[in-house]
Amino acid sequence: MKLMVNGTTHEVDVEPDMPLLWVLRDELGITGPKYGCGVAACGACTVHVDGEPMRSCQITAGDLDGEEITTIEGLGTPDALHLVQQAWVDHQVAQCGYCQAGQIMSAAALLTATPNPSDAEIDEAMSGNLCRCGTYPRIRAAIKTAAAQLSEA
Amino acid sequence: MGKAGKIARRSFLIGSASIVGGVAFGAYLAKRPVANPLLEDLAQGEAAITPYVKIDAQGITLITPRADKGQGAYALQANLIAEELDIDPAKATLTPGQPGPAYYNAAVLEEGVPFPAYDDSWIAQRVRGMMVLPARLMEMQLTGGSSTAKDSYVKLRMAGAIARETLKQAAAELHGLARHTLTTEDGHVILPDGTRIPYTDLAAKAATIDPVRDVTLRDASQWRILGKPGQRLDIMAKSTGTEHYGIDLRLPGMLHATVRANPGLGGDVASFDASQAETMRGVQKILPIQHGIGVLADNTWRAIQAANAIDIEWGPAPYPINSEAIWDELNATLDNPDRRDHRQRNDGDVEQALSNGTPIAADYRLPYLAHAPLEPMNAIVRVTDTACDIWTGTQIPIFVRNHAADLTGLDRDQVHVHVQPMGGSFGHRLEDTHVVQAVELAMAVKGTPVKLTWSREEDMTHDYPRPAAVARARGTVSDGKVETFDLSVASSSVVESWFGRLMGPVPGPDASITAGAWDQPFDIPNYRVTGYRAPEMVPVSSWRSVGASGNGFLHDCFLDELIHAAGADPLAERIRLCMHEPSRKVLEAVGEMCGWDGPSPAPGVGRGVAFCLSFGTPCAQVVEVAQTEDGLRLQKLWVAADIGLVLDPVNTQAQIFGGALFGLAHAMNCELTYEDFAAQQENFWDYEGLRINQVPEVEVRVLTNMPGVRGIGEPGVPPSAPALANAIFAATGKRIREMPLNRHVDFA
Repeated sequence: MKLMVNGTTHEVDVEPDMPLLWVLRDELGITGPKYGCGVAACGACTVHVDGEPMRSCQITAGDLDGEEITTIEGLGTPDALHLVQQAWVDHQVAQCGYCQAGQIMSAAALLTATPNPSDAEIDEAMSGNLCRCGTYPRIRAAIKTAAAQLSEA
Repeated sequence: MGKAGKIARRSFLIGSASIVGGVAFGAYLAKRPVANPLLEDLAQGEAAITPYVKIDAQGITLITPRADKGQGAYALQANLIAEELDIDPAKATLTPGQPGPAYYNAAVLEEGVPFPAYDDSWIAQRVRGMMVLPARLMEMQLTGGSSTAKDSYVKLRMAGAIARETLKQAAAELHGLARHTLTTEDGHVILPDGTRIPYTDLAAKAATIDPVRDVTLRDASQWRILGKPGQRLDIMAKSTGTEHYGIDLRLPGMLHATVRANPGLGGDVASFDASQAETMRGVQKILPIQHGIGVLADNTWRAIQAANAIDIEWGPAPYPINSEAIWDELNATLDNPDRRDHRQRNDGDVEQALSNGTPIAADYRLPYLAHAPLEPMNAIVRVTDTACDIWTGTQIPIFVRNHAADLTGLDRDQVHVHVQPMGGSFGHRLEDTHVVQAVELAMAVKGTPVKLTWSREEDMTHDYPRPAAVARARGTVSDGKVETFDLSVASSSVVESWFGRLMGPVPGPDASITAGAWDQPFDIPNYRVTGYRAPEMVPVSSWRSVGASGNGFLHDCFLDELIHAAGADPLAERIRLCMHEPSRKVLEAVGEMCGWDGPSPAPGVGRGVAFCLSFGTPCAQVVEVAQTEDGLRLQKLWVAADIGLVLDPVNTQAQIFGGALFGLAHAMNCELTYEDFAAQQENFWDYEGLRINQVPEVEVRVLTNMPGVRGIGEPGVPPSAPALANAIFAATGKRIREMPLNRHVDFA
């Protein structure tokens, strides 16, 4: 079957019930989305499917039919950071960093849908992303910085 | 071995050796130099200046042997070297290096010495200094105990300074100049005429001379990097999905594997039927391993699916069958003279004081807790007839090497441990069960790399948790003051369990049973803390802040009970009792930060204060909770900590609030309970932790009144749970004496 990831089409031969997360990680070698729980309880595997934030451990290969999948690698790169990634760098959010790809994907989707989110909207959009290191205060601050930059742009 | 042996034969305090095309310097202050592991595979034209700096024509490599699990240890170690070496650490290559005794850790063992951290008397200093020796002997290149900054502070700056002066000496000899006329800047030696010679051009010459040993470390006032707000060296990679953790690594021809081991830890496989699993797509091999079954496949998900399809009958584990039986054993241990482990605090006359009138008494208990870093345990192993290569994120590379050598029958120097970036640990990576399993699987397919990944469920149920504990507290008050404080704690011993797994039993008491309680800087007239050791039961391990993680709760919550009974103000009475000035200032600071005006600032709002001195760092916290229709909401968290010297201000803040939130998360809703020998919690839906919607506003203040250098990865943890419990008491009148707190209250 064909998968469109970060603008590139890939041909993969997998069973329809294989979660997208494992297609990305083990079949395509795209390792930005992380395995943390496998049951949509941690959000480390968050990707965008046609722009919507989704837990890639819960989408199966068979669910997909030409949708555009974006992973953290497709959001921005060290040389061309997405505005949310820049805010994450500026606030030095990451500690172990393992959850942060998922956090950033959730935050980027939030700001696309809601460019100037309230605290409650941030909580709602981000509460599916677990951080075991406790970087939350800086996640909040980084989202607010990114939102402020969006409103200036 | 020949090269390293050459070093050992020289008797320099700071050893050096000239070898083919390279040079190596030892920077260890020990009676006999340890082999510099960088010498083993130096290529032509490379110089290994101290075990921490290696230079070749391409660039500079800094060896940062303490594991970075997210606490910023790599950047800190690189910055310590770079400060003296005069390089931009962002331009150097960082590697944790291969395990070697040169990278011993002395500071980590200091926590076990029988002096509280506030005792800076001559004898206490002396005993702490002596700990260098056993650490050397045990080759403990481990990361833990908030020890990296303490252990590295002088050692790594010395390494940088020796390398810098030696490079200057090389340039001086090449140009017929005196070394003192040269300076260094950004990876170059500068000659008096302004000529700039890159360090990389001097490596070959440096290889031919003895290292300069009479170096003086720079005063803090001259620092360019240390103490300044900088950018973590890994922040860009971790913000762009380009940090490659162990779980992300792929080797050509690699097989993907998972295991299901007996959830009764240490129990065997009675029988298994893999007939269905063997027919599943991608499955290459299914084989028994110690205590479980392994599956080799062509994809991690397929391996996990197949493992779940195996029908396994488990044998019993060698400990009580469920939580109830474990609590019974702990209760039978408490105040049992036959199981007394130590009593390191016994001031005044507690028995006499308690016999006068009716003492205040309370029983407390603490649950087992999983570490649950977000990256599940994993390792890639390739075994051949002559070598074993291991790629994994670990805090104990030397133990990993030794265990792999034991299992494969290879020599220890045929085992290579390539330490990978780590997605958290909290103490989980002080264990290597998953690595041993991966070695077993790799031995079955020699020559093929095997990547073992634990499912989250395997990780949660095969963790060696923070031990459960029970405690009995008694005390008296009079004239508005706390007069008597007596605490007995019973738990299994982390030291016994952990050392038993890694290297065999160690004698003596285990101070961690009461750490965070016996060693607190309070002047209570009658003050006693006693530790009782229960049998091992569920095998246990170090969990972020170790003994203090639970004892901070026991000590401070009961202190809060006594203060309440005395009718005193919770903050004022703690300050009055505190006999250690930096600790008192931490309490005063947190009071000032929150504008402390008693525990009940408004109707339905409660504030709790708590304090714990752990790992040499005093930390005080105030938590404010409010009653809402949805339950208790955590509104604010104020934290003050004194770490003596701030080497990395941005990361120090992160470690302090991260530690405090880690403490709150588990206090609110986490525990491991056991049934049929197995942990009942499997994933983050039943071991939730803290989500962003429950995180209070946080304010941190760092003080620097303590002497020396202190660690900060752990001391933020212990005070947050008791501060929260004390705040709940202030808001609701409900005194909760066990964790998790959501057994008794709902959180919004």
